[in-house]
Amino acid sequence: MRYLPHTPEEIAEMLAVVGKGSLDELFTSIPADCRFAGSIPVPEALTEWQLNDLMREISGSMTIEPQHSVLVGAGRYQHHIPEIVRSLAGRSEFLTSYTPYQPEMAQGTLQGIFEYQTLTARLLGLDVANASLYDGASALAEALLMGLRVVKKSRRVAISRAVHPHYREVVASYLRPTGYEIIELPFGPDGRTDLSPLAGVDGLAAVALQSPNFFGAMEDLEQAATAIHASGALLVAGFTEPMAFGLYKNPGRCGADIACGEGQSLGLPVSFGGAALGMFACREEFVRNMPGRLVGETVDLEGRRGYVLTLSTREQHIRREKATSNICSNQGLCAMTAAIFMASLGGGGLRQTARCNYDLSEYLKNGLIAAGAVPVFSGPTFNEFALRFAGDFTPVRERLKGKGIVAGIELGKYYPDYTGCWLFCVTEKATKTILDTVISEVRG
Amino acid sequence: MNGTVGASGLILNEPLLWEKGRKGRRGMSMVESGVPPAPIDAGLCDEGPDFPDLSEIDVIRHYTRLSQWNFGIDSGMYPLGSCTMKYNPKINERMAATPEIACAHPMLDDASSQGVLRIMFELQQFLAVITGMDAVSLQPSAGAQGELAGMLIFAAWFRSRGEKRTKILIPDTAHGTNPASAALCGFTPVPLKSGDDGRLAVETVAALMDGETAGIMLTNPNTLGIFESNIRAIAEAVHARGGLVYGDGANMNAIMGIADPRKCGVDVLHLNLHKTFSTPHGGGGPGAGPVCVVQALEQFLPAPRVIRDDSGYRLADGGPSSIGRLHAFHGNFSVLVRAWSYIRSMGPEDLKKASQLAVLNANYVKERLKGTLHLPYDQPSLHECVFSDQFQHDHGIRTLDMAKRLIDYGYHPPTVYFPLVVPGAIMIEPTETECRDDLDQFVEAFKAVVQEAADTPDLLLQAPVRAKLRRLDETRAARHPCLCG
Repeated sequence: MRYLPHTPEEIAEMLAVVGKGSLDELFTSIPADCRFAGSIPVPEALTEWQLNDLMREISGSMTIEPQHSVLVGAGRYQHHIPEIVRSLAGRSEFLTSYTPYQPEMAQGTLQGIFEYQTLTARLLGLDVANASLYDGASALAEALLMGLRVVKKSRRVAISRAVHPHYREVVASYLRPTGYEIIELPFGPDGRTDLSPLAGVDGLAAVALQSPNFFGAMEDLEQAATAIHASGALLVAGFTEPMAFGLYKNPGRCGADIACGEGQSLGLPVSFGGAALGMFACREEFVRNMPGRLVGETVDLEGRRGYVLTLSTREQHIRREKATSNICSNQGLCAMTAAIFMASLGGGGLRQTARCNYDLSEYLKNGLIAAGAVPVFSGPTFNEFALRFAGDFTPVRERLKGKGIVAGIELGKYYPDYTGCWLFCVTEKATKTILDTVISEVRG
Repeated sequence: MNGTVGASGLILNEPLLWEKGRKGRRGMSMVESGVPPAPIDAGLCDEGPDFPDLSEIDVIRHYTRLSQWNFGIDSGMYPLGSCTMKYNPKINERMAATPEIACAHPMLDDASSQGVLRIMFELQQFLAVITGMDAVSLQPSAGAQGELAGMLIFAAWFRSRGEKRTKILIPDTAHGTNPASAALCGFTPVPLKSGDDGRLAVETVAALMDGETAGIMLTNPNTLGIFESNIRAIAEAVHARGGLVYGDGANMNAIMGIADPRKCGVDVLHLNLHKTFSTPHGGGGPGAGPVCVVQALEQFLPAPRVIRDDSGYRLADGGPSSIGRLHAFHGNFSVLVRAWSYIRSMGPEDLKKASQLAVLNANYVKERLKGTLHLPYDQPSLHECVFSDQFQHDHGIRTLDMAKRLIDYGYHPPTVYFPLVVPGAIMIEPTETECRDDLDQFVEAFKAVVQEAADTPDLLLQAPVRAKLRRLDETRAARHPCLCG
């Protein structure tokens, strides 16, 4: 096996050095009744060439191919990824290094993550961002747990039903054993969250909204921030599509205390939902309650600028059971990738790309409305929107699939009240021709 | 230092991203929408973030220079104990980047996703048979989230039985994440002291295991690299009081095809695919921490999981007992593809061989450094060995100083000051992918450092001198946090 460098002679010589007669003798400390019986029942080894063939067979069973237009978002977004992002993020010095515990050997990772933290804080309009969490969903759970630490004597959190359904499930998983109560907030006909059930609720730590939300609608975060702060709680602004902040006001500007969400849109492939990137930022005053790793600037013995992991007294390996989170490895390379993407795009590029998403998305939305569809919600959207059709959309969708277009997902599985409503997503990857095809298929 | 791999490279300086660039530059192609601009409510809009504008070559040089300040497994030996820094095969990267796989959208139906579901299904099976467990969820994104899943399963199990247990036993040789994961699930950690031989005694466990204790979190082999040979009796003592046994499988690399966690009495086990199964660490993730359980606990696993029926592979939602989702989709899927690729490339014989050689390498290094460095637990050990700096105290030299000097010799230092049971610990895990010549070179380098500790200790106190930067002021970083530029 090419990954195992030992020759039989070397094995024999090394065994002699350690005073063992065979490889088996190295394991005499393992009692007989703990032993593995027989050979491991996994398939026999494949050569590199056989593995390539197998992968060709497996990838051939995927019915959606890269040249398809997938007009589906709902938490994962198909954006252009420039070759330099793949190329730089694939450099083995980044890929094959460990968490930067020895800063003198990891200044590349450390400066790269410091830059990621900075660009993330600027994107989200907040003071501090961490080095990443697992994904948008667990980041939201961590944000609510952080809210419960920050707001003294609190025991409840609220979360909008317009937050991605899978995110709400993850929040429930994380909070179940803690005994804290989760209040679900409804949404109105504009697709925006209705905060009125919070009136009179005490012990509230934080309220989680998502903007753009699951239906693509922009929440009125500024108004929500005022109301939520008046009740003594924190506003947690979640997101699944950070590209929106190239166009719309960012969460910090709107008054959010914590912004957290999924960073996949920033240079990471959809890849069946992972590897993902949990982005997390907050106001300066809460930094010591933050979960996850942080990189900080310092100097070396000669006074030169350098970077280290810092504020680790919040973390599991120091504070053990009193840590702000149990997180250890996070999504380092995904954060680095997002930073490379943001650097490639630049401020102007992000704005232009976001605008392109919006214009194309509005073009499809208005085209379909003109063709007879009805918007489910009236509020402003970014690159996703929900529509209801006069007839059954399923056969239309099947026909479009035959033309290489995957148009939307049905909402009934997630919101039974909205059975027959479809959620579409249009990014800069879509072309006018593709969108015209969808519109004319609906028009019939 | 003649003949060592350590040297000063051609290291170029590079400013922060926003200290370079010019407004109006672009590092990527811009798309024209081709449709008319749509009206938008200006009140909701902003001018966009203050990012630097850079050209493609600006970005390329920036990150190329940064990468050259980093040390990876591809650069050299990385004997970081407990982290299993083995070679990360290149073909695995290609597998994960397969275009049809990389573009698979997780919100589409199962019929569209057969290939990716097959990979997940097969990996679930492989991990089950390697650990001897009955069922596997691939959802946890890292070891610590796998532990969290395990603790949530513990909590759900006792809830389903109408029991309230509030404590959990954690030995002093456990991983640092264990207590934090348990605490998140409402269990108060009860520390257990390991014996003089580095092993946990049955009596220690039996004395503390009571009806309010949920069970035990055990790393086996433990963080001293020692197999907990009493594990079956320990598991029986825990089971006898209605408790469960959690196995931290971070050290699975030592025992593939050799020991069977199921037979050891483990009920729940997490694996670190970024350790045992060769997926890259990426400078701190993404990893993957699948959680494996015995049949009685299968109903509690995170959902969805992949099953196979007449119609092919499909995602099955969890029943009412499931602890629910831990990830928006299926964990770090691209990492799962790499681990699948590794197992398919290795096959049964070479997986076992990997463990055997990992243990051979660690024993070889232990034997060759014994005497040079203090070995606090001179016991049969497996994939890693733990020394201390006790012999160097007379020279005023500590573990950290030796670690930093190793950098000058071209090695990533071992894990230091862990496990906590060994003061000044130096924890070495060479892994199976280092050849004898490289181990010899590492041993010679370490011996040279130890010699310098006696002869010229100042060299160590000043180290590193060949890295891009000298020692960094971590106290200043923590006292006056500058987290954002």
